[in-house]
Amino acid sequence: METRKPRLAVWKFASCDGCQLSLLDCEDELLAIAGAVQIAYFPEATRGEVRGVYDLSLVEGSITTPHDVERIHEVRRRSKTLVSIGACATAGGIQALRNFADVREYMSLVYAHPEYIRTLETSTAISENVHVDFELRGCPINKSQLIDVVSAFLAGRRPNTPTHSVCIQCKLKGNVCVMVAKATPCLGPVTHEGCGALCPSYDRGCYGCFGPKETPNAPSLSGWFASMGMDSKALQRIYRTFNAHAEPFRKESERHDAQDRKG
Amino acid sequence: MPQASSSAAPERYMISVDGLRLLIEALRARGRRVVAPVVADGAIIYDDIDSLELPRGVTDEQEAGRYKLAQRGDDAYFGYAVGPHSWKKFLHKPALRLWRAERKGDEVTVEAGRIEPQNYAFLGVRACELKAIAIQDRVLMGGDYVDPHYKAQRDGAFIVAVNCGKAGGTCFCVSMEAGPKVTQGFDLALTELISQAAHEFLVEVGSPAGAELLAELPRRPATREDTGAAQAVVEHTAASMGRHMPQEDVPALLMRNLQHPRWQEVAQRCLSCANCTMVCPTCFCTTVEDHNDLAGVESSRTRRWDSCFTMDYSYIHGGSVRPTVLSRYRQWMTHKLATWHEQFGTYGCVGCGRCITWCPVGIDITEETQAIAASEKA
Repeated sequence: METRKPRLAVWKFASCDGCQLSLLDCEDELLAIAGAVQIAYFPEATRGEVRGVYDLSLVEGSITTPHDVERIHEVRRRSKTLVSIGACATAGGIQALRNFADVREYMSLVYAHPEYIRTLETSTAISENVHVDFELRGCPINKSQLIDVVSAFLAGRRPNTPTHSVCIQCKLKGNVCVMVAKATPCLGPVTHEGCGALCPSYDRGCYGCFGPKETPNAPSLSGWFASMGMDSKALQRIYRTFNAHAEPFRKESERHDAQDRKG
Repeated sequence: MPQASSSAAPERYMISVDGLRLLIEALRARGRRVVAPVVADGAIIYDDIDSLELPRGVTDEQEAGRYKLAQRGDDAYFGYAVGPHSWKKFLHKPALRLWRAERKGDEVTVEAGRIEPQNYAFLGVRACELKAIAIQDRVLMGGDYVDPHYKAQRDGAFIVAVNCGKAGGTCFCVSMEAGPKVTQGFDLALTELISQAAHEFLVEVGSPAGAELLAELPRRPATREDTGAAQAVVEHTAASMGRHMPQEDVPALLMRNLQHPRWQEVAQRCLSCANCTMVCPTCFCTTVEDHNDLAGVESSRTRRWDSCFTMDYSYIHGGSVRPTVLSRYRQWMTHKLATWHEQFGTYGCVGCGRCITWCPVGIDITEETQAIAASEKA
């Protein structure tokens, strides 16, 4: 009996497109993906569109406008399985820095006619707006992990995306810890694995691109950074990047912000 | 394979620095893959060597959460303590494929992961590391279920041990009765002796394979002075340990203090990052991951090091058994220092100090144990 191939849709919200590009960047595996699923909606790759319900929706980007809110509910209605991909979709992205500021003030500085702009006060993760079946972390996502998520969906198994620290990956690779041996501040101990410990493998500290790991202890790590000479302004900044709105990082940056204001 | 030393008077010889080079070359000539300490990325790690590429004149300064290389001011080849790597990365590999399966039509074929013995020679293995290898031997080959991957690397391995000439800032092997003098489990054991007149190594033989190899090298019998000098080296090292465990029954101490407030204090500092377990030479836990290709034709299972500090480690239906960092830290420390005894008849800790040095926030297992001990005396 001929069975219908699962329908795949790729959606974009507020984002840089880098994560959906990871799908096109799969190169060797792209034909296998096209063979395993019907690419039913993917404007970045094709103008063709299959209307209806999708078996697997990959959602990139964060929710920043009233129109986004309507659209994500529509996407949810039409998706059997919804996977948010990348730091924008899972944590609000770099644009979530607006959550710490006054958006109206920004608009008046950036746009000649701010009255035409309809935007929200905040940039939020997809999971803050609709139910999400799985979140794939990273800025950008790791394409091997993306392929694994799609393969896992097709096979009905759990994806291999460990939620532990970057440190475990460093140690599996045999990297010498940059923090202990070189006093380089590194967010690896509080950051979710997924990049393959990219930066520490090239002698740099982790920037936290994959967001907080399971049960992170940012205050303890910050205390150690402070003993290495980082002041509260610097500490506030390291947590305010691509995953600034992820709760453990947000709380930690706000704590240092408050300390900095106190002086 | 090293045997326990016999009761006959141990044979002791002296070899020169050139003799050490010849030793490495003789091992390589036997088709062995020689792995030894080398300087890389600001630390002394273990890697393949072709000749005398050891960290000459280099030492390390270690403290809780800190590691730094420094110059010694002499030409010593083994003038440092242990670094971030341990021999487990060669014997109990960080990751390996257990099997792969392929479907052709209705047929499924399963192929076990290839076991490729590397014929290792480990050069520069310290007493604490020999103890750690013995502990992993017990865990991975000592019971009814033998790990064939571990056994394949372990059985053929030739071990050149080294008596420590320097204690690191986080060393406490004396407390764990694991060093600094090597006593068994080696083929050859070296003690580096540097004086105004000479730079030599006293060699002790620990196995017939060691004796056979040594017979090829230019050597002279050790004198009483040489033996005395070698003994003084380990005695000096033993007397200069950077850390100590409390002098009492540590397993009993910990097991009667499972609700001690100190666990809460350490949990506030602990990052549950798992670095301590990754660098620990006795930690052996692994997890498995299943993979399949997009077409559903091929699948495989890989095994990799895991840690009791992850949530997944204790995950069963309904959630993790140890959801708090407190419970995970306590599980790790009591296993190393107490419950390991019930399970395997020894400590799970050899006092190498790696967990102290490589903890990103400098948590110190000896300090934690001391604190609990001290609170009982207060």
